[in-house]
Amino acid sequence: MYGWLWHRLPGPAAVRALILTVAALAVLAACFLWVFPAVAPFMPFNETTVGE
Amino acid sequence: MSSETTTEPAPLSRRERRKAGRSHARDVAYGIVGVIGELLITLGVLLFAFLLWQLWWTDVVGNRVQADIVAELPFEPVPTATPTASGAPAGPVVAPPRRDEPPVMAEPPHATTFATIQVPRWAGEPERPISQGTDRATVLDVLGAGHYEGTAMPGGLGNFAVAGHRTTYAKPFNRVEELQVGDPLVIRTTDNIWYVYRVTSTEIVDPSNVGVIAPVPGDPGAVPTERLITLTTCHPMFSARERFIVHGVLDYWAPTSDGTPAELLGGA
Repeated sequence: MYGWLWHRLPGPAAVRALILTVAALAVLAACFLWVFPAVAPFMPFNETTVGE
Repeated sequence: MSSETTTEPAPLSRRERRKAGRSHARDVAYGIVGVIGELLITLGVLLFAFLLWQLWWTDVVGNRVQADIVAELPFEPVPTATPTASGAPAGPVVAPPRRDEPPVMAEPPHATTFATIQVPRWAGEPERPISQGTDRATVLDVLGAGHYEGTAMPGGLGNFAVAGHRTTYAKPFNRVEELQVGDPLVIRTTDNIWYVYRVTSTEIVDPSNVGVIAPVPGDPGAVPTERLITLTTCHPMFSARERFIVHGVLDYWAPTSDGTPAELLGGA
């Protein structure tokens, strides 16, 4: 999967590594900003109130 | 140029063809296993990132947001003594405790921040905001501690009940287990009143135990005669199995224009 991606990317190895790093950071940022906040309420911890 | 010089390969024998087919099938199998492996590794990295977000990033954001909320509350300045010719030191004025009927503010709209809590036992913890409501999406995860709607307001007869995170989202009640009987819990409202409560007991209860936030804890329906405070948070840490409960009773109140409670000045 990642090997296929690596071969499809243009440019020399340094450029490919840069593209992949930027992509990985973008995925991480999207997770921090939208995915994780959306998933967190379904996690089985962090309930602090009584009566629910 | 090479194509002209190469000779046509000899036709494969049946045995060789079978061998080639097997090795092709093996390549496909390895490829599938490889992709599954890469997906699992990716999932592991994402789970680690989620932990990082939940256990660290929500604290970073929460601490910043809650500090801003407290800084923007419309508090009137608390008086400090000016240095006098006789040499009395400058510094905060100790508010004289008042034990007469305290003023009680009305319940504000949902998600309105109306008070702060300071706990001298939790040295190093900042002043934390308390907002109206206890649902996670609009209060507990974004504004800090939340006041159970319908329970008493600070200083009121009954039970001023507050929920807060013990882990994550700036964890305002992280050090709740350090509290000891007699410890002050200092509430300051946007009506510029200090309410100093003192811890009377702690307990660990089931999540369904709403009796702990009743006007008379453990006796729902009874008419309150005391001015109580109750903090609820999760227990054990990182679990929703039980709740850690702190009960307290009002010791005294004072207008913030009279000074600062001695409890916040290292006095008691």
